[in-house]
Amino acid sequence: MAAVQDGPMELDAEKEAKPEILSDGTSNLSGNTASGTLSSSPLTAAPAGGAPKMEDQQTLIAVLQFLKRNKLSESVEILRREAGLGEHQEGSQATDGSGGGKGDGDGGDANSLLSRVSITSAAAPQSMPVKKDQPDVSVVLSAYSQQGDPPLYQVYYSGLKNFIESVLDCHRAELSQLFYPLFVHMYLELVYNNHETEAKAFFDKFSGDQECYYQDDLHILCGLTKKEHLKGNEVLLDFRTSRFVLHISRDSYQLLKRHLQERHNNQIWNIIQEHLYIDIFDGMPRSKSQIDSMSGSLAGEAKREVNKAKVFYGLLKEPEIEVPLDDEDDEAENEEGKPKKKKTKKDSLGSKSKKQDPNAPQQNRIPLPELKDSDKLDKIMYMKESTKRIRLGPENLPSICFYTFLNAFQGLTAVDFTDDSSLLAGGFADSTVRVWSVTPKKLRKVKSAGELNVIEKESDDVLERIMDEKTASESKILHGHSGPVYGVSFSPDRNYLLSSSEDGTVRLWSLQTFTCLVGYKGHNYPVWDTHFSPFGYYFVSGGHDRVARLWATDHYQPLRIFAGHLADVTCTRFHPNSNYVATGSTDRTVRLWDVLNANCVRILTGHKGPIHSLAFSPNGKFLASGSTDGRVLLWDIGHGLMIGELKGHTDTIYALKFSRDGEILASGSMDNTVRLWDSMKAFDEVETDDFTATTGHIHLPDNSQELLLGMYHSKSTPVTHLHFTRRNLLLAAGAYNSQ
Amino acid sequence: MLITASLFSDLTIVKMTEREERRFAEVPRESIKLMAESSGVELSEEVAALLAEDVCYRLREATQNSSQFMRHAKRRKLSVEDLNRALRWSNTETICGYGAQDALPFRPLKEGELFFVEDREINLVELALATNIPKGCAETMVRVHVSYLDGKGNLEPQGTVPTAVQSLSEDLLKYYQQITRAILGEDPHLMKVALLDLQSNSKIAALLPYFVYVISGVKSVSHDLDQLNRLLHMVKSLVQNPYLYLGSYVRSLVSSVMYCILEPLAASINPLNDHWTLRDYAALLLSHIFWTHGDLVSGLYHQILLSLQKVLSDPVRPLCSHYGAVVGLHALGWKAVERVLYPHLPAYWANLQAVLDDYSVSNAQVKADGHKVYGAILVAVERLLKMKALSLTLAAEGSGAGLPGTTTGAVGFRENSPGLSPPPEPLSEPPLGIASHLQAGGAGCPWEEWTPVSLPAMYCELYSFFGDSLAVRFSTGPPLGGATPPGPCQPLEGRKEPASSAPNLENTRKMPQLTASMNISPRRDGSPRMEPQPPSLAATVPGRSLARSSSSSSSSSVSRSRSSSSRPGRSTSQSRDIFPKARFPLPQAGPPAFSFIIGGRQMGRRCQGRRFQTSFTPTPPLTTHPPRAYAHKLPVIGRVSKPVRRWTCSHYSLHLPL
Repeated sequence: MAAVQDGPMELDAEKEAKPEILSDGTSNLSGNTASGTLSSSPLTAAPAGGAPKMEDQQTLIAVLQFLKRNKLSESVEILRREAGLGEHQEGSQATDGSGGGKGDGDGGDANSLLSRVSITSAAAPQSMPVKKDQPDVSVVLSAYSQQGDPPLYQVYYSGLKNFIESVLDCHRAELSQLFYPLFVHMYLELVYNNHETEAKAFFDKFSGDQECYYQDDLHILCGLTKKEHLKGNEVLLDFRTSRFVLHISRDSYQLLKRHLQERHNNQIWNIIQEHLYIDIFDGMPRSKSQIDSMSGSLAGEAKREVNKAKVFYGLLKEPEIEVPLDDEDDEAENEEGKPKKKKTKKDSLGSKSKKQDPNAPQQNRIPLPELKDSDKLDKIMYMKESTKRIRLGPENLPSICFYTFLNAFQGLTAVDFTDDSSLLAGGFADSTVRVWSVTPKKLRKVKSAGELNVIEKESDDVLERIMDEKTASESKILHGHSGPVYGVSFSPDRNYLLSSSEDGTVRLWSLQTFTCLVGYKGHNYPVWDTHFSPFGYYFVSGGHDRVARLWATDHYQPLRIFAGHLADVTCTRFHPNSNYVATGSTDRTVRLWDVLNANCVRILTGHKGPIHSLAFSPNGKFLASGSTDGRVLLWDIGHGLMIGELKGHTDTIYALKFSRDGEILASGSMDNTVRLWDSMKAFDEVETDDFTATTGHIHLPDNSQELLLGMYHSKSTPVTHLHFTRRNLLLAAGAYNSQ
Repeated sequence: MLITASLFSDLTIVKMTEREERRFAEVPRESIKLMAESSGVELSEEVAALLAEDVCYRLREATQNSSQFMRHAKRRKLSVEDLNRALRWSNTETICGYGAQDALPFRPLKEGELFFVEDREINLVELALATNIPKGCAETMVRVHVSYLDGKGNLEPQGTVPTAVQSLSEDLLKYYQQITRAILGEDPHLMKVALLDLQSNSKIAALLPYFVYVISGVKSVSHDLDQLNRLLHMVKSLVQNPYLYLGSYVRSLVSSVMYCILEPLAASINPLNDHWTLRDYAALLLSHIFWTHGDLVSGLYHQILLSLQKVLSDPVRPLCSHYGAVVGLHALGWKAVERVLYPHLPAYWANLQAVLDDYSVSNAQVKADGHKVYGAILVAVERLLKMKALSLTLAAEGSGAGLPGTTTGAVGFRENSPGLSPPPEPLSEPPLGIASHLQAGGAGCPWEEWTPVSLPAMYCELYSFFGDSLAVRFSTGPPLGGATPPGPCQPLEGRKEPASSAPNLENTRKMPQLTASMNISPRRDGSPRMEPQPPSLAATVPGRSLARSSSSSSSSSVSRSRSSSSRPGRSTSQSRDIFPKARFPLPQAGPPAFSFIIGGRQMGRRCQGRRFQTSFTPTPPLTTHPPRAYAHKLPVIGRVSKPVRRWTCSHYSLHLPL
């Protein structure tokens, strides 16, 4: 989130205001602390100390402006009183900065004031929507105000380049990571300081050196040549507000540091200090392929400590439901009544769940809805079906049924199946949602209230009687959104349907009445995806505003906001135990959030393109993610490690699904294919010894071809959704593309 | 930003230049100036340049933002709508009027470097008054099809749908209607054309289940021989179509055909109906299906045999059913006859005998049927004997060629009698059975599970039933041993198996001579070509073989089970005085009927032969053959030198002897 960074950034800005008299990096730091102490001294001090004080005042004024604009007049008053700023000063602050705080109190006062400012400035934006705050942006960008000699930038950069190319091979790969962030930051500095021609020359000279997976960003970058353009550009804002994270071994880092100190290369050293976060680890430097597999995200790799938190990835205990002993003679049982019913036994699932999974969260860690009778019936159905499930494996591949949407001129944008594969929902670009019945059973509405009054409520078939036979049809259209529907999700009990749309709302539809029940407003921008919790009640949504939100169906405001992604949240999935939420984003990271406290517990980097599909394995241990670059990455949630890379698709992967037992991973893509992968083998082959677990440096075997079990073409139908039925039949869905 | 919007909407755009190093389009300042002038603003050069650059940037930004909408709409093509959304979210006016799905042609103007989107004028009046109202879009719908079964399905890259679940196209439906109408209709010419097409059409795989369903309708038209015939022809065409994969439909087809063979059809109540031909044809068809598609369904051979056996052993069933069972077995090859018919023969004989010997008027019809069955059995066992002899010869040849393995014998056997052994199936006899049995028997080992009876024993037993009528047919066949030079046998003389096979060879060669004593009705002037052999020879050969079989049966207890089943039949033959010796009067020389006595001899048995009397009158095809021609036909019957592979083989002509 941009705003969170503001506090430190302002301090940065303050530091950068120092002229470049300091000869090297270390003394630069000490100089900064010196200036910090200076700022606490009375304002009547030497003019050298006046500059920082002026900065403070500017900050204060910026805060005041901000509060004013948001009509927080009381806060403005209080702040003004406390800061002792006259109203006139706001307007004229630019001209006479030093005169501002002359009259007021002692140094202690100023000190407390400063601390208060830093708190408010950090806290206030948090409560606000993220973007488009001009003062904030200008403050952020002012980090670039530092001036070097523009023509020298090329010299600096090529000097570093020569150095890195001359070091030992084992260090070269690691230090090469510096190229891209340095390049971007130097370019932006040039642009910010209006050295347009130098910037262009710099870009032309060095852009070719960057890794190919940064092409998209470079493309955006090369269009930026004016300082004014920097303000509105979201991608650049991301780059500024977050530090680019690099993992470098201690040896390599020492090498770099020594080099830069020898050369007195301040310019680069400053950038490293201010804009990069170098995560130093002890041990062997990583190889090029190891680095490549983890890099590619907008903000570099994840810091190691981010992924240290424990994740309870185990499954929750199944509720104990008595399953009838014999599947076949349900009727006989009913006839004979009670005595036989007592002979029911616990299903194997029930007995298995007796021992608690050590990795599972507390049963009541997240309050879950009570099971209704209909849910229990459904669970029983599920268990019965699962006994008839086909065991899949490399020799035993699933059959594939393709649900083709015909005449979808308006554009199919999202598909979902119910868990029992009885209903199919499609979201369309013409802002409709359509629901089809996949079984011969037609869709019926509940009768109107007047008709319902007439019904005898005691009768056995009252549930049947409340349905209006006249409305029976194969499909129903749900109108309500005012923009393309980008995500649909059925509730597990099949009573509700969620849809998220470009109009910024998530809507909850009743599948009994086929009407809209609630419109959840919170995202002010397009909502790209939504997903129901596997236990119902909760759902998650994510959109263009870069946050994912957790909702409960009976609350019109979100329960949690998962903020941290640097770009749009493109897809959201609930963990099978409902305690975690995974989100994929345009910033090319996958994040795992704890529903309990909205903390980000995992940041998974390695994708080279926006992530458009996610799937948890049924046992909750693994996560698969697919992106626009056509690769599927497999993650071990417990260790936060990448454990597999499945290459083969040639276009965006929009659908991922594990088979019911987790043996097979199916991926569907825009390239009109469904591919099946041997996920069991992929998980087994990973050696998770202590070293890899602690350092996170995994060496991935390049075995996509061995893991690929099958590739299945459709004629001209991109695969938008995949679903395994309870018996492990694979259902695929997509709209026929006649061109 | 307003300018960008108007840039799009005014269409006076825009010289796009592409600078190599920047890789994106730029709006030149001239365009900006033009735009400004058109709205009455004068711009200086610098302002225009700045504006141009800003416009470019904003355009790029909008395009980049819009690509996100494209990705989420799961499309590859950026649409105007995407751009509009991006513009809307950046609080910019959207562009109206370009939402069409079709590509907009972008044309240059000849006079200047000007490009524009073609926008034809539409005459609204004409449009409003037009009578051809455009149809609305078709309803959005979902269709499901099984794309891949068990991960396999078809491996064609284009992923076509398996035919079994393909829905029928309009054309196919029409084809189906036409074909069924033609086949079941009255016009024979039309039917022929339809059948031919059915035989060669490569695109009717999707219709196969429907045709099979139609064919299974045989059960409902059992009163109409014509329809049954047509349906059988349909089966034949389907079976012969090389583009059809029958798969499990074979079972359904076979059951339909079996119905025609075995069931007492409603049509057979009327003696005028020639349901016999139908059964013959169906039997032929069965064998054809079996030989060509039998491998598609495992255990089919055994199933067929079982059901035929069931019919045969059920005395309640009418004779026409029995007839069907016999011709069916015959059509399946001599092994089937050997395995099913031959062991059943003694039990069955009693029933048949009873029918044949009942001369009451009321029984006339049944008796005629009985003769049919008798003839069918006769033909079947004859071929059995012949083929068995032939196979023995060949096996002896194979082993006589000096090659040690039994496999060579088997190979020789298979090569020389193609199509005679059923395709390898778990329950059928392995093809090398005969060769191995020879050797195994010689080594004194017990024979494996199903023990074939030795040829002489079989001959003796059959002879006990048929008497000389069996013999006469043999005599007329071509010399079977002709292909067997006696030479190869000799080097093996020292061993036991050639010693035992040598008499067999001898038998096969001599048996025709054995059977030459035949009395043909006086009207036949053609005398038997063979001289009757002295009974001594007839006495010696079976005697030898009996001795041999007794020696072999002592070594094999397995064979006893079979022979014990046949023994009661033989013991009943004692009480079976009905077996007529020559006590019938000589038949009258009526033109349509001819009769002859077959003087059968049975060693140690009392029945010595039986006289035959057949009336030809009712069967039209036979009346065309004068007896004389018929007599000349006799030698041809049972000839095996003709290629057996052709399923309409001429030696298979059941109606001839009767």
